[in-house]
Amino acid sequence: MSAISREDVVHLAHLAHIEMSDAELDKMTGELDAIVGAIASVSEVASSDVPATSHPIPLTNVLREDTVGQTLSIDEVLLNAPDSDSDRFKVPAILDGE
Amino acid sequence: MNDLIKLSGTELAAKLRAGEVTSVQAVQAHLDRIAEVDGALNAFLHVNAEEALAVAAEVDAIRAAGGAEAQALHPLAGVPIAIKDLIVTKGQPTTAASKMLEGWMSPYDATVIEKIRAAKLPMLGKTNLDEFAMGSSTEHSAYGVTRNPWNLDRIPGGSGGGSAAAVASFEAPLALGTDTGGSIRQPGAVTGTVGVKPTYGAVSRYGAIAMASSLDQIGPVSRTVLDSAYLQELIGGHDPKDSTSLPKDLEGLVAAAEAGATGDLKGLRVGVIKELTGEGYQEGVQARFNESLELLKAAGAEIVEVSCPNFKYALGAYYLIMPSEVSSNLAKFDGVRFGQRVLPKEGPLTIERVMAATRAAGFGDEVKRRIILGTYALSAGYYDAYYGSAQKVRTLIQRDFDAAFEQADVLVSPTSPTVAFELGKNDNDPLAMYLNDVATIPANLAGVPGITVPGGLSEDLPVGIQFLAPAFEDARLYRAGAALEALLEKQWGHSLISQAPAIDSASIAQEA
Repeated sequence: MSAISREDVVHLAHLAHIEMSDAELDKMTGELDAIVGAIASVSEVASSDVPATSHPIPLTNVLREDTVGQTLSIDEVLLNAPDSDSDRFKVPAILDGE
Repeated sequence: MNDLIKLSGTELAAKLRAGEVTSVQAVQAHLDRIAEVDGALNAFLHVNAEEALAVAAEVDAIRAAGGAEAQALHPLAGVPIAIKDLIVTKGQPTTAASKMLEGWMSPYDATVIEKIRAAKLPMLGKTNLDEFAMGSSTEHSAYGVTRNPWNLDRIPGGSGGGSAAAVASFEAPLALGTDTGGSIRQPGAVTGTVGVKPTYGAVSRYGAIAMASSLDQIGPVSRTVLDSAYLQELIGGHDPKDSTSLPKDLEGLVAAAEAGATGDLKGLRVGVIKELTGEGYQEGVQARFNESLELLKAAGAEIVEVSCPNFKYALGAYYLIMPSEVSSNLAKFDGVRFGQRVLPKEGPLTIERVMAATRAAGFGDEVKRRIILGTYALSAGYYDAYYGSAQKVRTLIQRDFDAAFEQADVLVSPTSPTVAFELGKNDNDPLAMYLNDVATIPANLAGVPGITVPGGLSEDLPVGIQFLAPAFEDARLYRAGAALEALLEKQWGHSLISQAPAIDSASIAQEA
């Protein structure tokens, strides 16, 4: 059974904010389907009595002193900005059309 | 070839201390070597000549003046180092080998870079990698492939192919790498060099561009085990800027490497992982591995077989957890605050459409594949079956390690199932590419440390031997690794890297 359809990939590409051509969508659908088929075996052993591990070394949260650390100047912050205006990042319209 | 570049980092450091050579001479010799062979190899994305020579001159001046400041110099002061271009550096571009970050200048240094600056190691430049460290061959770089110094038609491994090739070709004695699923160890194996993935959290990741945060680890790349031990002691230690940084420093790594170099392994229990041998491993790789086992046994080690039955699920778990974290970590590359911005060719200019066009143009195929795969694994309806299951497998793999380390002090396996393959071989088969990491991935999932040391040749190409140790026991890797290195070199009468063929720069120049 095919796990991933072309429609799925269209939706995923939209969620991930990646524009894809028709040819890319076709290729990605086939590749993802093969990859997911190969890795789906993980569910074989993942029974309900096995706890999940999110991080390899268990650590507890650490709090630091509430003091000013390294900060960046506005020039440094905007150094790599694709576009800026009056000490701010400049972006295209947030809302469509109207 | 200038003989200075043949020296290990530790050997060069001794000559610098003795005043036999200057750091400026050493740095210049490596810059000359880069100029000579990097046209063929493409290990470097940026060469940092001016700053490297300035730092070298500063070290030389301090040494010449003598006194307390000279005494206080770090043992590796003046020894040049190359930096994987996933680690951010002030004053040099950081690209992660992606078009997305072309020309990006980090406004801050990674913690490991601050330590390297404080110890005054001249930085030679930034090395090539698979884009955002995603790959096992360095073929996914947006700035061209890196070639294997042993055979220019072969891959140098990945993602840290640039750092491994730089060290293997004597362009640098030391380098930094990052290892998420084997990106330090597998390139080390296929280039006949040494690479270490420390215990998760033993080296700060602050300033390493995140790929999969629960797996990523910075570590040393070198030609000798002792050099890696020195380098890990330099870059390791607690860092309040990395919330996963271990609270306690790991000590005694250099001492362990020195003890191991005596070749005495009496009392050490070495566990052979049943699941990481045999089927899928090339005959030549298996043969070199078996010979190494015999040497370890002759040196007094007790060889036991251990079974890690859940390792067969490690690859699947890795290719669910890693892309899931990738899809989240790479969301920040949206063309708003830094990096490339690409406008859609037609239609209204809204931020959403600009983001989609930017990410389409800025990311390569493998990065897109992993982002989409991760988005899928994390989406409603699939989360439990995929991501949730993968996290459970992670627990099972940790239990396998726990059980194995009750029977053995260190575990051993081939680092990579094959020797370096031809460039382009897996171009159209991402799944086949993923299989290269089958022996290295379990360590990342469990957070345990691993080392690769050269184990000989098969088809005239290097084979790597991997040791794994329990978390926090990195010193055991250095003891076992240095012992095997010494035993093999004694048997051969030379180091493996000394047998690498001369690099024929002209052949590539003609092809190009």
